[in-house]
Amino acid sequence: MSVDTAAKAPTGTKSVLFKIKRQADPNSAAQWETFEIRWKPGMNVISSLMEIAANPVTTAGLTTSPITYDANCLEEVCGSCAMVINGKARMACSALVDQLEQPIRVEPLTKFPVVRDLAVDRSVIFENLKAVKAWVPVDGTYDLGPGPRIAPREQEEAYPVSRCISCCCCMEACPQFNEDTGFVGAAVIAQVGLFNSHPTGKALKHERLAALMGDGGIQECGYAQNCVEVCPKDIPLTRSISEVSRDVMVQAVTDLFRR
Amino acid sequence: MANPKIIVVGGGLAGLSAVIKIAEIGGSVDLFSIVPVKRSHSVCAQGGINAAKNLKGEGDSTAIHLDDTVYGGDFLANQTPVKNMCDAAPGIVDLLDRMGVPFNRTPEGLLDFRRFGGTLYNRTAFAGATTGQQLLYALDEQVRRFESEGKVKKYESWEFLSAVLDGKGICRGICAMNLRSMEVRTFPADAIIICTGGIGAIFGKSTNSVVCTGSAQSALYQQGAYYANGEFIQVHPTAIPGEDKLRLMSESARGEGGRVWVPKQKGDPRLPKSIPEGDRWYFLEEWYPKYGNLVPRDVATRAIHKVVYENELGIDGQPMVYLDLTHIDRKILDKKLEGILEIYQKFVGDDPRDVPMKIFPGMHYTMGGLWVDFNQQTNVPGVFAAGECEYQYHGANRLGANSLVSCIYGGFVAGPNAMKYAKSLSAPTSNGYFDAERKRQEEMNYGLMNNQGTENPFRLWRELGELMTRYCTVIRYSKTCREADAKIVELLERMKNVNLSDRTQWANTSVVFTRQLYNMMQLARVVAQGAAMRDESRGAHYKPDFPDRNDKNWLKTTKASFAPDADEPRFSFEPVDVSLVPPRPRRYDAVK
Repeated sequence: MSVDTAAKAPTGTKSVLFKIKRQADPNSAAQWETFEIRWKPGMNVISSLMEIAANPVTTAGLTTSPITYDANCLEEVCGSCAMVINGKARMACSALVDQLEQPIRVEPLTKFPVVRDLAVDRSVIFENLKAVKAWVPVDGTYDLGPGPRIAPREQEEAYPVSRCISCCCCMEACPQFNEDTGFVGAAVIAQVGLFNSHPTGKALKHERLAALMGDGGIQECGYAQNCVEVCPKDIPLTRSISEVSRDVMVQAVTDLFRR
Repeated sequence: MANPKIIVVGGGLAGLSAVIKIAEIGGSVDLFSIVPVKRSHSVCAQGGINAAKNLKGEGDSTAIHLDDTVYGGDFLANQTPVKNMCDAAPGIVDLLDRMGVPFNRTPEGLLDFRRFGGTLYNRTAFAGATTGQQLLYALDEQVRRFESEGKVKKYESWEFLSAVLDGKGICRGICAMNLRSMEVRTFPADAIIICTGGIGAIFGKSTNSVVCTGSAQSALYQQGAYYANGEFIQVHPTAIPGEDKLRLMSESARGEGGRVWVPKQKGDPRLPKSIPEGDRWYFLEEWYPKYGNLVPRDVATRAIHKVVYENELGIDGQPMVYLDLTHIDRKILDKKLEGILEIYQKFVGDDPRDVPMKIFPGMHYTMGGLWVDFNQQTNVPGVFAAGECEYQYHGANRLGANSLVSCIYGGFVAGPNAMKYAKSLSAPTSNGYFDAERKRQEEMNYGLMNNQGTENPFRLWRELGELMTRYCTVIRYSKTCREADAKIVELLERMKNVNLSDRTQWANTSVVFTRQLYNMMQLARVVAQGAAMRDESRGAHYKPDFPDRNDKNWLKTTKASFAPDADEPRFSFEPVDVSLVPPRPRRYDAVK
């Protein structure tokens, strides 16, 4: 993942300046607050937000409320803390302060409804995963012996895609992901590819591809390739999209002749 | 009840496992979680899941898995449930394989296994170094499937506050708070299953996720549930020190050949790579020739402490030692450990393929938890528990890669048993308990919102964390544990003088956190007092004044119960089930 081009904060810098976009609730207007906090080695945007919670005073000397944000694992694997930091969608826990230009501007993701401050509602991705049946249809959880044999090469293909953390950075960065198109987004398309390639998962391939046809489906992709740029897990999203796109097209044609 | 309603609290591996079993046998289940369940802490588990499938021709068996587990846990775990778990583990790994978990493979396409701490067998199935993530996703996907079929209803962004108990102390549902609207509401259920994970936040910084506060367990303990073996806290030997948390560096790094060392010379100024072999001290390999770097976690943690604090050989005089992978082929590292190497690279800035990592022990796991019987039921009728929040499977120390299997197995046991219980339950005689419980919780919120004090809850939390880490982790003394308890009482007193800088009624994280903090403090007293009381050394619990295990006096489970009038824990003890493996001395410097 690329980092901001700014030089490292000079040693001897004793404080860090943050500008944080705040919004009291979904219907209020947004406003900016500025905070200056003490520099510490290795600090990141989440540790800075924790610092502000312990001393919620702006640079203007006004006492304010701690900032509301989503965060959980702080190891970039739970997908909670996606924000727009210095104009770029990324995970706040791995946004190291020393690699960011100051003042560090922190905003909520813009393509999702704001809940409060930096917390947004990303339930759309889970709904979309439901719509494309992103699961392997097992018969049951009783002991039925081992799963299908899978060659190491197939595992190595599937593994990177299975690391998607549903952070929605790819959707935030995508010019086609908006209310007009209703585009499902790169993350969900990649999951379709993942489950369609699984020996048991492919039983639902037809239904998954059908769900990606028409408005909001895979045709909305404009190949801007922003998704793959911002993905914190380096998932080969554009490759997934072209493979699934090809499958959707083949199926659309076949369905046409079968009608 | 003909069609029982079950509530599961927590959507990590244990919670999702319970949900799946209930949905599968036709029950109706509501799933409550603070975060979207896909973001639960199970996602952080790295190295793998143990199952004695014996696919490497080593003669491994579930009986040896049982022996390793109870021996590793220093004989404090009840052996019957541990045996059942070890017997079920191969079937669980097969199931996960069928669900599509991308486990690493052998050339023949079979599951690959690696070695983990506390065993001499390759028993750990793994998906790169993000096994927990892959397991959680597989179960999350199955639950989503049941959700789309209308068998599961999710309540995400809801936090459990308490159980609703009727006049006979039988659980009739839960009281929960919506983390956006702040609405407090009760939900009826015929049984509830608590799967709320670890308690890392009590120690301030740990390897745990933000939601792992132990608040739910503590609330139930304050309502009458026993909390067992609270003093047994696992400090993981290899964590990356950080400002906001201690990031785990998985045991799999050592399972794949990672070596722990320090320069022999105090304050050696040379870069690690330029220090020749002869000037390095591989202390684990020297002290424990059989297990080497793969001794159990408590043993490795104390060894690192000794080297840093007694031998004063920490790197640059700092509390850190090297964990070295640089002798291993980069391609193998990428294939088997990429996820964790990436974490080190991102958060520290060095590439561990080129430079030895700097690590230090960090609070990681609680072996203790809600007391449950062999059916996963607590002493409160209708309240079940599974996963890290209960105490059943790990005794005095958990072996690496046993947590994932205990979560899933516990959920699989709890789900059907909760259904069975619920089916034989008779209807409550009154519904008045729901209103009473909701009012009690609303009053608590009102009190916090309107308190005009001077204490900031986030700063009080730091004090609690520093106190607990200092006195109640690796090395313990009865006197300082008691002093820590007295200081927690002071902190509880200062809590009464808290001032929330946020008094709004929408997504107010200060109210939520302050409630959690109160529960953390109550539970911290159980940990501190339990540690003060247990005058022996067993597994993760180590007292220099009592350096040996004392089976005569202490081969017993600690049970804490809350005394509401005194506002503090009371302790009782019960014998441990040692019916399968007779206790013997635990020594990793020799063949066991």
